[in-house]
Amino acid sequence: MDYEIVIGLEVHVELKTHSKIFCGCSTEFGMEPNRNVCPVCLGLPGVLPVINEKVIEFAVRTGLALNCEIASFSKFDRKNYYYPDLPKNFQTSQYDLPICGKGYLDIELEGGTKRIGITRVHMEEDAGKLIHSGTISNSEYALVDYNRTGVPLIEIVSEPDIRTPEEAKAYLEKLKSILSYLDVSDCKMEEGSLRCDANISLRLKGEEKLGTRAEIKNLNSFKAVQKGLEHEAYRQEEVLSEGGRIVQETRSWDETRGITLSLRSKEFAHDYRYFPEPDLVPIVTTPEWIASIEASLPELPDARKQRMIKEYGLSSYDAGVITASRPMADYFDEVVSLGVEAKTAANWLMSEVSKLLNASSTEIKDCPVKPAALAEMLTLIAKGTISGKMAKTIFETMWESGKTAAEIVEEQGLVQMSDESELIAIVDGVLAANPQSVADYKAGKDRAIGFLVGQIMKQTKGRANPEVVNRLLKQQIEKI
Amino acid sequence: MDFVKLTISEVQQLLRNKEVSVVEITQAAFNRIDKVEPKVQALITRMESQAMEKARAADALLHLGGEVPPLAGIPGVLKDNMCIRGVKATCGSKILSNFVPPYDATVTEKLYAQSAVIVGKANMDEFAMGSSTENSGFFPTRNPWDLEKVPGGSSGGSIAAVAALESFWSLGSDTGGSIRLPASYCGVVGLKPTYGRVSRYGLVAYASSLDQIGPVTRNVRDCAIVLGAISGYDPKDSTSIKAPVPDYTAALSKDIQGLKIGLPKEYFVAGMDPEVEKAVENAISQFKAMGAEVVEVSMPHTEFALAAYYIIATAEASSNLARYDGVGFGHRGEGNDIISMYKRSRSEGFGPEVQRRIMLGTYALSAGYYDAYYLKALKVRALIKRDFDRVFEKVDVLVTPTAPTTAFKLGENTDAPLAMYMMDVCTIPANLAGVPGLSIPCGFSGGMPIGLQIFGKHLNEETVLRVGFAFEQANDFHRRFAPLQGE
Repeated sequence: MDYEIVIGLEVHVELKTHSKIFCGCSTEFGMEPNRNVCPVCLGLPGVLPVINEKVIEFAVRTGLALNCEIASFSKFDRKNYYYPDLPKNFQTSQYDLPICGKGYLDIELEGGTKRIGITRVHMEEDAGKLIHSGTISNSEYALVDYNRTGVPLIEIVSEPDIRTPEEAKAYLEKLKSILSYLDVSDCKMEEGSLRCDANISLRLKGEEKLGTRAEIKNLNSFKAVQKGLEHEAYRQEEVLSEGGRIVQETRSWDETRGITLSLRSKEFAHDYRYFPEPDLVPIVTTPEWIASIEASLPELPDARKQRMIKEYGLSSYDAGVITASRPMADYFDEVVSLGVEAKTAANWLMSEVSKLLNASSTEIKDCPVKPAALAEMLTLIAKGTISGKMAKTIFETMWESGKTAAEIVEEQGLVQMSDESELIAIVDGVLAANPQSVADYKAGKDRAIGFLVGQIMKQTKGRANPEVVNRLLKQQIEKI
Repeated sequence: MDFVKLTISEVQQLLRNKEVSVVEITQAAFNRIDKVEPKVQALITRMESQAMEKARAADALLHLGGEVPPLAGIPGVLKDNMCIRGVKATCGSKILSNFVPPYDATVTEKLYAQSAVIVGKANMDEFAMGSSTENSGFFPTRNPWDLEKVPGGSSGGSIAAVAALESFWSLGSDTGGSIRLPASYCGVVGLKPTYGRVSRYGLVAYASSLDQIGPVTRNVRDCAIVLGAISGYDPKDSTSIKAPVPDYTAALSKDIQGLKIGLPKEYFVAGMDPEVEKAVENAISQFKAMGAEVVEVSMPHTEFALAAYYIIATAEASSNLARYDGVGFGHRGEGNDIISMYKRSRSEGFGPEVQRRIMLGTYALSAGYYDAYYLKALKVRALIKRDFDRVFEKVDVLVTPTAPTTAFKLGENTDAPLAMYMMDVCTIPANLAGVPGLSIPCGFSGGMPIGLQIFGKHLNEETVLRVGFAFEQANDFHRRFAPLQGE
């Protein structure tokens, strides 16, 4: 039997406002426990919430970037459930009138672009964190850190338009890219500022009706999203093809074991007893205000990608990689603005720069080699002062020492040898020492030339201009 | 001189003329508290040291001369559901018996900023749920007019303290009549202002969309003074109203010539004490004699108000009271795990009426029942609001009895929660509609005070107070003092 996978994602995003959603406490991450707290976020008797206007603005920015309808009238509701990390034992969230309604997001797949529907974007407060003395089941006690309590969140819910785990990953990556362009969140999955729950079900190909779904939690990385969904799809297919039934339940992704585990079934599902939050007044937005937010939106990844293709002649793939993160795109633009050829800049960013960033887990905004320094080095290549090969070593030295390319070239005497009279002597010497290679080359073995070039580079410590060497080699071999 | 019998305005005069000091006035209040408190039991906490400190500061301010705020140096009492930094706020509940808030309610901030002196925290029905103050988790408060009778509730302590001359003013909170009903039972003036007129920040919530803090005093002028002191927009309370605060005392005049008074016929129901009816009718004749135009009006949805109230209030309460779980503050019961700890904390900490209302509210919000109960109650609420809007197109104020009867005996309704709920039948509609409601003394039946209720338009406390003031000027009910037995 041929099954189709149906996936919808619920993504929680911590907004990077300075203060919490309903009080003035700082949202700074990594503080000593229970430092960023006050009577309001501790839910002490008698306190009242006051909405942080920035949260509404950030939610609307996100909604506009996701092509959502923005509600002219929206309200908060209480989601009632008992949990010790939730001091009021209700979460102030949005239920039936979210700030943003239907929208969409386009993802790039091998076959082209696919549009994924957005159901809604709503605002809510985050809960605190429990620190257990042991494991969750055998702890003698648990401590509560309320620093995160009241940190603003938006929840972005997709339509069940996603068909493969790869699409889910692409959706999440695109969403992260848009959110970081909007500068509304740090989007760090490892710090929990971007969290993803996935609803997944299977149905027979051609079937209209959705199958029974499972909700997968604890998907803490892009990889976990893809792997977790792959496993769950596999599990459901096994159950169905053996004639079994899928139970509607919440499952947790176990990264180390590579499987999903049942957390709780629907019978134990909460009745959240939502009702309108009486301590907050409804949110009324005007078309003028929404228009002013829209006007302030930055150029988003899709538009920027198109511009790079059009203005710089980059390939769709290269433009996609460069524009996936706003700091990367900004870095690129700066290098190009300093006169570097766009394709060269893109290649360097995607290869050498990315390689060192990844190796040292550095973000591009913290890259020790600034755009101007990279541009200077790339200009030295263009002028022929250094070779591309030398440049790689020089770039590593720049990264480590913070020196400019010119300084390194100067210090290490690395200027490229392009002078023919100087090089001809070395070429002749190498040819004389390697008659077999010369013979091979003459016999049609083109590969032999590579060996000869290598010998010359060895003697010149890599400084010989490869173009000149190639030409001189061929010229001198002809003479033999 | 028997200071405690004076009105706020009279004490003000003495203080300004330096005939008496705030310390002396405050001491007089504590002497009176010492004397009558064993019988009345209006207070949960006495704030002797804090009050004397504030009294000395107020004296220093008065010594400087010049303009001082009207409440400067005047001792008062707050209901124990309002927060004062460093002072226990029990809400009349065992679950909060040791809760000391680390912050001031906005009303506290305002009162202290105006150099008022707070002498104590008043007893109340637990979490303001009740009509007799018998639901206090600690002890019942007695009616100063008859110690065998209840003072009404839930602000029974605040009202009894003023009626027993323990303080010159107090603040109560009114969710369904909790200021007006006891004011009526104890023969004092009590006002539930327009919803949003007074900040709720620091008022421990019972039902957020209905709760409102208001003044309790011995006459209407004092009521206007206290209202002025606590009103105003508060950025900490999103539901507070951005409207200027008028000088409420300036609105007081005997002239109600041409004022249109509506008598909603639905409030004059069968089962009402004939003496109460007579007293209200007498008041109405007086208003006519003063030149007011009195017309009978109809508010057809009144009969559903009580039912809607007990859905909406309990639904909100079930959520508001969820935070008392033994985790962060308040009483913690012993348990082997988190669930048993929750259960023990709440079962031990909450009294039966609070538990009953939490269950009612939880049920009303449950999946499958929400539409039939909560949503329907919201619709009824909208209709009741519309009743008020319509009738206020025709009249300036509405006049009704505050309660169908005078105060009942302690224990009389303890086993009959529905009979107890019926006491609020005349007061609840104002909470649902958000409009102001004033109760003033208008007579006696068998030695027990009767209350007259005046409803006004949204934010029009001035007219309500003016009508109350006009009545008060023509009568002397407010000048009678409770004959505390054995005093």
